[in-house]
Amino acid sequence: MVDRYSKVFSIRSFFMKWEWLLVLIFIVFNIVIINITPQYVNVKSIFDATSIFLEKGMIALIMAFIIISKNIDLSVASIMALSSVTMAVVYQSGVNMWVSFLIGLSVGTLCGFINGIIITKLGFPSIIVTLANYSFYRGIAYVILGDQAVGGFTKKFSYLGQGYIGNSVVPFSLALFICLAIIAGLILHKTKFGRMIYAIGWNRNTCFASGIPVKKIELLLFTLSGFISGLAGMFITSRIANTRPNIATGFELEIITIVILGGVLVSGGVGNMTGVMLSLTLIGTIRYGLGLHNVPGQVMLLVTGGLLIISILMNNVMKRFLTFKRLKG
Amino acid sequence: MKQVKNKQQDQKVEVAKGKEGKSLILKVAGFREVGIIGFLVILVTIISLRNPVFLSFDNIYDIGLDTAILAIVAVGQMMVIITGGFDISVGSGIGLAGMISALILMRNWEISPFVAILIGIAIGGLLGSINGLLVVKGKIPPVITTLGTMSIFRGLTFIICFKFNQGNWVGAHKLSVPFKDFARGTFLKIPNLILITIIVYIVFYYFLNHTITGRQIYAVGSNINSAKAVGINTDKVTFLVYLLTGMLVGMAGVLWVSRYTSAQSDSGAGFEFITITAVILGGVSIFGGSGSIIGVLFGSVLIGVINNSLNIIRISPFWKLAINGFIILMAVIMDRIISNKRDEALLSRRRI
Amino acid sequence: MAEDMNEKNEKILELKNITKEFPGVVALKGVDFDLRYGEVHTLVGENGAGKSTLVKIIAGIYPQTSGDIIYEGGSVSWHNPLESIKRGIAAIYQEPTIFPDFNVAENIFMGHQSYNKVSRKINWRYLYKKTNTLMGGLVANIKPRDNIRGLSMAERQLVEIAKALSLNAKILIMDEPTSALSVSESRELFSIIQDLKKKGTSIIFISHRLEDIFNVADRVTVLRDGNCIGTKSMENISKDEVIQMMVGREVKNLFPKLEVKQGNELLRVEGMSRKGSFKDVDFCLNEGEILGFYGLVGSGRTEVAKAIFGLEPANRGKIFIKGKEVRITNPNMAIELGIGYVPENRDEEGLILDMSITSNITLPILEKFSKFGWLDNKAERKTAEEYSEMLDVKASNLEQNVLSLSGGNKQKVSLAKWLASEAKILLFDEPTKGIDIGAKAAIHKFISELVSKGFGILMISSELPEILGMSDNILVMHVGLIRGYYKRSEATQEKILASAISDNEIDSSNKVRY
Repeated sequence: MVDRYSKVFSIRSFFMKWEWLLVLIFIVFNIVIINITPQYVNVKSIFDATSIFLEKGMIALIMAFIIISKNIDLSVASIMALSSVTMAVVYQSGVNMWVSFLIGLSVGTLCGFINGIIITKLGFPSIIVTLANYSFYRGIAYVILGDQAVGGFTKKFSYLGQGYIGNSVVPFSLALFICLAIIAGLILHKTKFGRMIYAIGWNRNTCFASGIPVKKIELLLFTLSGFISGLAGMFITSRIANTRPNIATGFELEIITIVILGGVLVSGGVGNMTGVMLSLTLIGTIRYGLGLHNVPGQVMLLVTGGLLIISILMNNVMKRFLTFKRLKG
Repeated sequence: MKQVKNKQQDQKVEVAKGKEGKSLILKVAGFREVGIIGFLVILVTIISLRNPVFLSFDNIYDIGLDTAILAIVAVGQMMVIITGGFDISVGSGIGLAGMISALILMRNWEISPFVAILIGIAIGGLLGSINGLLVVKGKIPPVITTLGTMSIFRGLTFIICFKFNQGNWVGAHKLSVPFKDFARGTFLKIPNLILITIIVYIVFYYFLNHTITGRQIYAVGSNINSAKAVGINTDKVTFLVYLLTGMLVGMAGVLWVSRYTSAQSDSGAGFEFITITAVILGGVSIFGGSGSIIGVLFGSVLIGVINNSLNIIRISPFWKLAINGFIILMAVIMDRIISNKRDEALLSRRRI
Repeated sequence: MAEDMNEKNEKILELKNITKEFPGVVALKGVDFDLRYGEVHTLVGENGAGKSTLVKIIAGIYPQTSGDIIYEGGSVSWHNPLESIKRGIAAIYQEPTIFPDFNVAENIFMGHQSYNKVSRKINWRYLYKKTNTLMGGLVANIKPRDNIRGLSMAERQLVEIAKALSLNAKILIMDEPTSALSVSESRELFSIIQDLKKKGTSIIFISHRLEDIFNVADRVTVLRDGNCIGTKSMENISKDEVIQMMVGREVKNLFPKLEVKQGNELLRVEGMSRKGSFKDVDFCLNEGEILGFYGLVGSGRTEVAKAIFGLEPANRGKIFIKGKEVRITNPNMAIELGIGYVPENRDEEGLILDMSITSNITLPILEKFSKFGWLDNKAERKTAEEYSEMLDVKASNLEQNVLSLSGGNKQKVSLAKWLASEAKILLFDEPTKGIDIGAKAAIHKFISELVSKGFGILMISSELPEILGMSDNILVMHVGLIRGYYKRSEATQEKILASAISDNEIDSSNKVRY
């Protein structure tokens, strides 16, 4: 029997990958920034910086799944805010911390579920539904909390966002994130669920005609997205020990940028967790480096917006390259 | 009013007798426009009963001024939505165009408000072209493009403010008196803002309903493949839409500075959603291809009234965002229900 | 009009030795065709004969591989459809391309409205008046301002004709214009065609319906398998002769049919209907049986298969699997009951082109390879290998994308996936469409082998030889209804074709009884 699985391995095809480009940019950026920022290489401060970024990172994990399946979720940051605000208000009214925490999570999950139902049952494009809920969920957050802030959570709660593993410099949130990232990677690349996600992103019709429960999967994805957004909301609240309706404003932009920069195509079916992780690291590093130079938030916003556009333009170039390869091969 | 009636007739979908002899008449009669006007009337009645101040001259004047800028930008948003996209960068565009114009005006007090508006249009046009190029040439989906440019414009506003004004906002004392008074001023007894809005609407009404290019915008939104098949240059049309929207945004940016007598780095934040709500309320389908400018005018007025009435009857302003989002959701769902019903009726006409 | 008399036999269009090749198949082989001024010339032939290809070349949708086109006396070659439109060739296809949000007048004139050069204002009065004239000549009750959504397919087709007329088309191509029309609507269309003829328009008319042809045509050209069989004047030809030309070929023994004893009933359908697709469908399928479904485009066969598979479930009726009544509302249920569906459009519904052969084969049965969700890649590959060997899929590496395979091999993968799912009832929609002869024979061989193992196969096909060569029984559908049922022994090409194109119900003694 002919061995039909000898992979065609060539130096060229191994290195002609998106991920190496990210590594390159990472290295270049680091070289530049280390030279102009003396306090850059400080282990503790690097670890602390990661915890700031991890709320977005968590959501990027599920966002990758969603975009690979040819969908999108623009409401994630608004769900973060709503879950957080709900939790805070409930806690303030005297409910136990952990029950409040669970309520916050449930709110997030429910928001995601609503997204999913409207998208799958009514058949609306996810971009429109999540765009509408982007303002709706945030709006409810404002209704709940107005322009106030709530703080004063328990010590145990603040461990989520501020605690460390044992006596090390490793923040709890980082440890949790790494676990989530590993799980996400395994699910995406090694399980039946992951395979179906890719299939749906490539060709939804064939999936229907092959018995894949497309709608159930999409509903699950959006519900999960709501859950993770809610969880991220809890983390950020714990980290800054405070919440107001306008927290996490603009996060969805950055999360989507991370995912797309990670090589996930908006046209669906393409992308891997390694790329997303690299992209996350890259953007996190850029943020950290710029932060040390006290670059203000709005400029970061600009950089992120620019990165989003550049990454899609590069995506398009890569797509044309892939198409070219398709026709040749 | 006459135009509205004609549109109603155009919207009438009559399904004639089927083979079985049953006659189905499905009238999706100018549902949306009738609905909005009706809703508006009811709302106004209820509010004025609750608080008669609502119908006072001063209050209506305020509603008018508030609505004017929204109405102007809504025209652009409408064109974008008709072609199947969304422009969520309009708020940031207003901020950026306003800031740049303000900085120019700050140092050149002799510029008349009229010229200032032209400057705004030019700047806005530039911003719009960037959007247009990215969508058409870069082939980036419009929502993602404008998601990106929204932040880029906002970031630029901040940086420019920082660089040219040491990070300070352009305050009222930095602007010339004629300019500041412009938003509140009148010309032949009509408030300037409202006059400008009327001119914009007349121009665009004509453009969208009576010129070939205007109709091509609808064609591209209705069925882009058919449009290509009849020889329409869909790239050119799409680019034009974003360019025009940018120009309107630029104009609005300058007017905004005059109205609020300052240019702040967060001017216009969140405005894009209000424009989308106004457009959708005005009966424009989110899937593109249809919608009337008159409806958008009424949609904008309705939003102006809703916002104003929230204040009048003492509802917390924090409801605004939630209501906006909810309205968009509802409009989207209603749109789908209506078109489902219509398709069902058409399907049952087939021979089988 | 003296000029008309002179031009009566002059050719406005001439196609010489046209050949058209697509990857893997030659659609047209040295076809000659000509069109005279003011004539109605019909093109007939079975599905796949090359009629649509020929007119698409005339309309400029794609170029011919070789051969010449002479239009109005001069040689032409189109680079895109707009060029032919500008020169006066208008085509109307089965699916009208319209703007759903516009009214009738704008649909007709979009792209070429008349306007005032100074004010840029569209001359609406002219538009509406001209629309009235155009439509008025076609049908009475459609007004220029009517929204096009409210119009039936027939009415939309009339709008398309009006569009062509507004462009002052010299040649009007109509591809199956009557397929969506009732008998009376078709008659109205014919009188319109006569009017157009009188005004000097030349018309190319593709149709399957013999009644159409005999009602309206001056000449008929018959295509078969990409060849032009002949062009005859309608004055001296009969219906039988036309059918003979359409199908007359020896049924080559491409079809290895094994003698298989039929077993128990696998699938039975009673009174199945789906709004807008098909009505009152009854039939049954036994183990070891190949049930052929013949019919023309739009006859509803694919919809029946999709209903059984749960993709587009029926509104009414019963389905029985192995004697037990079942409800199938989604494909998952069908798969569990042992049904597999190999779609006609394999690139869009049967395969995921950018995924590997292995992934495609294992797609419907992923649970078989997953332990708590974890995929066993080795087992997947083993299964994929097993079935690709069985079907002789020619690929160097099973991890390569399906995209790179030839049509025949793609079809084998599409089939392999259902064999791997251990389906016993296969719904095979156009099994050899767009596949070269060698692969065709191979697939037919597999089908025969499968039924000898007790499979039941419902084979939808538009190729008469295939239907006749492979089926044990043949069901013929026409516009959503079953029009004929023939056992293998009594079936002939003429009978089947007649059932498929006739509006009248065939002798009811032929209706299936079970």
